[in-house]
Amino acid sequence: MRRTLRLGALATAAAAALIMTGCAPDAGQAGTADDPVELTYWAWAPNLDKVVDIWNEEHPEIQVTVNKQDGGDPAITKLLTAIKAGSGAPDLIQAEYQKIPTLVASDALADLADAGASDIASEFPDGVWDSVTLGGDAVYAIPQDTGPMMFYYRDDVFQQLGLSVPTTWDEYAEVARAVHTADPSKFLGTFSANDAGWFAGLAQQANSEWWSIDGDAWGVGIDEEPTQKVADYWGGLVEEGVIDNKPMYTPEWNAGLNDGTQVGWLGAVWGPGVLSGNAADTAGLWKAAALPDWDASQPSNGNWGGSSTAVTTQSKNVEAAVEFATWLNTDPEAIAALVTETGIYPASTAAAAGALTEAPEFFSNQPDFYDVAAGAAASVAPFQYGPNVNVAFSAYNDEFAKAAEAKSRQAFLDALTAMQTITVDDMTSSGFTVK
Amino acid sequence: MTATVESAPVTTRHPERPSRRRTQARRALVPYAMLAPGIVLFAVFMAAPIFYTLYLSFQKEMVEGLGLGSGSRSQVFAGFENYVSALGNPEFGASVGRVLVYGLILVPAMLGLALLFALLLDAKRTRTRAFSRTSIFLPYAVPAVISSLLWGFLYLPAVSPFYWVFEQFGWDVPSLLSSGLVTFAIANIGLWGGVGFNMIVMYTALKAVPSEIYEAATIDGASELQIALRIKVPIIAPALVMTALFSMIATLQVFAEPTTLRPLTNSLSTSWSPLMLVYRDAFTRDDVYSAAATSIIIALATFAISFIFLRVVQRRAFGQED
Repeated sequence: MRRTLRLGALATAAAAALIMTGCAPDAGQAGTADDPVELTYWAWAPNLDKVVDIWNEEHPEIQVTVNKQDGGDPAITKLLTAIKAGSGAPDLIQAEYQKIPTLVASDALADLADAGASDIASEFPDGVWDSVTLGGDAVYAIPQDTGPMMFYYRDDVFQQLGLSVPTTWDEYAEVARAVHTADPSKFLGTFSANDAGWFAGLAQQANSEWWSIDGDAWGVGIDEEPTQKVADYWGGLVEEGVIDNKPMYTPEWNAGLNDGTQVGWLGAVWGPGVLSGNAADTAGLWKAAALPDWDASQPSNGNWGGSSTAVTTQSKNVEAAVEFATWLNTDPEAIAALVTETGIYPASTAAAAGALTEAPEFFSNQPDFYDVAAGAAASVAPFQYGPNVNVAFSAYNDEFAKAAEAKSRQAFLDALTAMQTITVDDMTSSGFTVK
Repeated sequence: MTATVESAPVTTRHPERPSRRRTQARRALVPYAMLAPGIVLFAVFMAAPIFYTLYLSFQKEMVEGLGLGSGSRSQVFAGFENYVSALGNPEFGASVGRVLVYGLILVPAMLGLALLFALLLDAKRTRTRAFSRTSIFLPYAVPAVISSLLWGFLYLPAVSPFYWVFEQFGWDVPSLLSSGLVTFAIANIGLWGGVGFNMIVMYTALKAVPSEIYEAATIDGASELQIALRIKVPIIAPALVMTALFSMIATLQVFAEPTTLRPLTNSLSTSWSPLMLVYRDAFTRDDVYSAAATSIIIALATFAISFIFLRVVQRRAFGQED
């Protein structure tokens, strides 16, 4: 019975969404101060409403109301329900990059290319811009923040053991061995089967093409050379036992960050928030560096996290929405407010450089923190997400959990093959053309 | 009784017949009016979702080409396709297998302990009865998600006080969240939460037994143990059957415990139990259609198992009532 009740809950959510549209704007005309265009905006970034307040004060003709969401996944589930129901969607939504193809495939996002969004392409790094255009002429969202990956390590432990910061993955493996040999309870890092976005970032750095568009067909290249290299590398380290195999974001992992058994972490630019939240007492002991490279002469990086501002197909005021979204994500005043209020790392290159000058408090021992971050952001490789990222990610969780538990190099490669098979099977059974 | 009441007005002559008939009609409607809230709630919140689930289970979504842009997605009739693929899905079979093992561990242990505690509480010489009863029952009041989080902390070697103690003794105890032991870890949470409830049901049944029976047995020279095994247990057999049935259904529907523990370990997949599989399909993979089909299969299986179980044990448990 509980399952059916859950479907009932979905229907109720749809009904609630229906009621909410009762106050949607009536026509597409330009607003005036007396009769403003009203936009609704579903977002989950903390304190985003404070940034929107600045806009509302300066623009009486376009008034935006933030509707706080629980998080990236529930907001998208709700939006897809509203799209299926035919009404109830907001004008704007905060969408993570990997959700964009799914939303476009469900016809949930408006093409903003003709509403002025194409003109701001140069504001953003190419890799980021690609993920909102899906490589075509359409523009489905305006980038808000990114998560270029970074390597965090315990500087005190490194100094104690006389280790230098690894710049290549070969060196990383050497350091991992040295750390674990010196104290078998310590690990330089862990392979987390829980965080598909993390693994996708590592694959992105290796120039993987998990999805690609070739004419009228999708290509799926998860189980191909670049990602195989990544899986083989981590499988080898886990099999050897010099890298931990436990998931991140567990009480156990937090304990490891605090007591120094986790000596390093492959995180992203938003890492200081995680570290200060989970291991506040270790402030000043950590340092940040660029992610180790496969080839030191060709620096490359991947993204873990990040989101954009998209306009839904149900919006009657696409132009006003684009005007607002452009301001929010490129205007220096808005970016400065985003950085201080919500703590994001802005996608806009110039604005990020202007707004981020002082290192986060947790990294006050490293004044050049944001220079390192800017370098990490500049080298992010292009990466295309596909229409069933959710399926591929849940396959990652299941298959790589088995592999991590088995602690075998071969199991990592098998997991990658299974991930590819599950992703392709799902696409073909839904009717997508897959080459 | 009712027949005589109804026939009375017919035989009695009365001048205002039509209005009387109206009153009668109104009176006949009263029960339906009183039932209406129940019927409406049932129809809206039970029947309609069930029929909608049935409908969805025969549908599927088809995409054309790249699936991008408007109109490239449509919902079409799928026949029994979702059912065939659900039954043929090795993940579904595996999840059912895991839940059966889980049930084999949990149900006998839980009911055995509940019966033991109920008999101990009912024994004559037991002291601090109210305190014991409350403390055994208390875990039932803790929601499964909370208890899973608590036990999760206790299972993780790095943060568990138990493992700290083991370490002091120099024992090398394997993690309960490793793939071989995780079923026991989940069953333990179910056991901790479930014993109290089942004990209360059995204890209440024991309290309903007239004490003369025990007196007679004592006079005949039966010991406390003999009374417990030969008199008390057979008398509360119907309560045992009921708790067994409820426990089996709860076992098939296990969801909260493994879902809460999953992020802590590599040994629980997103399809560990049948309901987790349904949840993943519906909300992670956006495929409500196959999730609906799997739900229907689980509901039918639960119904069938309950029915067969009742048929098998009814004759033995309720035999003396016939």
